[in-house]
Amino acid sequence: MFRNNYDNDSVTFSPQGRIFQVEYAGEAVKQGSVVVGIASKTHAVLVAIKRNAEELSSYQKKLFPIDEHVGIAIAGLTSDARVLSNFMKQQCLGHRLTYGRNMPVRSLVDMIGSKAQINTQHYGKRPYGVGLLVAGVDQQGGPRLFEFQPSGMTEEMVAFAIGARSQMARTYLEKNVDSFKACGKEELIKHGLRALKESLVQDRELTIDNTSVAIVGVKKDKDGTAKVEPFKVYDGQDVMDWIDSVSDDKENTAPAPATVEESMDVDNDA
Amino acid sequence: MDHRPQAWGRPRDDVYGAYDASYLHDSGPKTATQSPVVTGTSVIGIKFKDGVVIAADNLASYGSLARFNNVKRLRTFLNSSVIGFGGDVSDMQYLDRLLSELAIDETYETDDTPEDDEETTKKTHLNAANLHKYLQKLLYQRRSKFDPLWNQILVAGTDGEGKPFLASVDLRGTAFSSASLATGFGSALAQPIMRRYAETDEQAAKLTREEAVAVVKECMKVLFYRDARSLDRYSIAVVTKAGVELAEEEQLEKQSWAFAERIRGYGTQNV
Repeated sequence: MFRNNYDNDSVTFSPQGRIFQVEYAGEAVKQGSVVVGIASKTHAVLVAIKRNAEELSSYQKKLFPIDEHVGIAIAGLTSDARVLSNFMKQQCLGHRLTYGRNMPVRSLVDMIGSKAQINTQHYGKRPYGVGLLVAGVDQQGGPRLFEFQPSGMTEEMVAFAIGARSQMARTYLEKNVDSFKACGKEELIKHGLRALKESLVQDRELTIDNTSVAIVGVKKDKDGTAKVEPFKVYDGQDVMDWIDSVSDDKENTAPAPATVEESMDVDNDA
Repeated sequence: MDHRPQAWGRPRDDVYGAYDASYLHDSGPKTATQSPVVTGTSVIGIKFKDGVVIAADNLASYGSLARFNNVKRLRTFLNSSVIGFGGDVSDMQYLDRLLSELAIDETYETDDTPEDDEETTKKTHLNAANLHKYLQKLLYQRRSKFDPLWNQILVAGTDGEGKPFLASVDLRGTAFSSASLATGFGSALAQPIMRRYAETDEQAAKLTREEAVAVVKECMKVLFYRDARSLDRYSIAVVTKAGVELAEEEQLEKQSWAFAERIRGYGTQNV
């Protein structure tokens, strides 16, 4: 039979100029459950759908604090995300030690970008099987949101979604993109949860068990100086009010046929 | 004639006896620069209401010889901080190159903030407090390698909250900050004068810019009177939130050497 001869390693181009191993790594991101990130002028939020491997198990965490001022949402292989997360934590701590300030989010994202790209260029290595949304605030520069892909590509975003069926969430975000900038944090969370709902399969809904919310932002002190509102993750009972606040929206009207992606679920993909 | 290259430039064995070549062997520990060679003397700085004034003369001495009289020992960083160097001049030049690179990296990293965000653009630069922390770690790392950068450094600017910042770090990585600071001979000659005007941050917060500049100029004059490694041409910088104003060709004015006649206890005097 016909076999792809050009996908054995991540250093060989196909005659069409593609590197299949890197593209496959991008597919791993699409197996993970959906995460959404939005940035406004004052806050950046991450919201995520958590999965449980089976009825009796707990739900796999999706949102992780990196430092006081930055956190990540993951879609793909959780164990690969752990490696990147540990690396980012170390870099932030190192920066804090040598400069006495929060690491600029852009330079942090650039570092994992370079780290991931190296894996696509050395024989015997494999790309990371995880995509990230990195949300943070710069010391005085305001909220930032970045997307990270296994190819090493990083890009700053106003709002974005990655993971299974994330296209539906992205469509919602595109429709509302103009309103995000002026949003307060409560509004931003609602937008995030509505985007999440768009990407759910028909008979699923947001519950306090499967929903995670994280916020980071800047707040003005009494004397007008900008202070970091630290990255905080909310789970369980703490997200109930937010879920309730979007539950009375009109029912999900988007067509939601079961996709191939959904049937390919693998347990250890979060 | 001895044609061996090892013997070139050395006293002839047949005239002066066997040459002691033992010191040529490079066994034993590595000896890096462990004393300064060309040096700059004091740097002085004082905080005022909304900034810092910092000054240093333009002399680089070779021992007691006034060897280079046009060496600028204050450097600006991203038009927001000023660093003043006392001690070894070659180490100062090394740090200067290092800081230039750091400034370029920092500008690349932070100037990408969206342009329509009027209030947020260009504010994420490394400030004086960040810079001081970095230099402290650097100098401590080098002293721990037993290859110190032989400088005492003052960093002037504003901290993360926009308040005046003035701090010192020396070749051992010792760091501290104060309302007024002086390095080298200045710590004995200029520091007591500056403390009369600003002993605490509260007192410094009452000083005007003109007062602070006047105090610093007075101190530079006292240093020129009393410090034999100093010069009457100097650089002075005023750092505020708005930026840095640096003058590098200042001349000491209204000197009066009348006091010199009364000094006793050295030279050819008999009393």
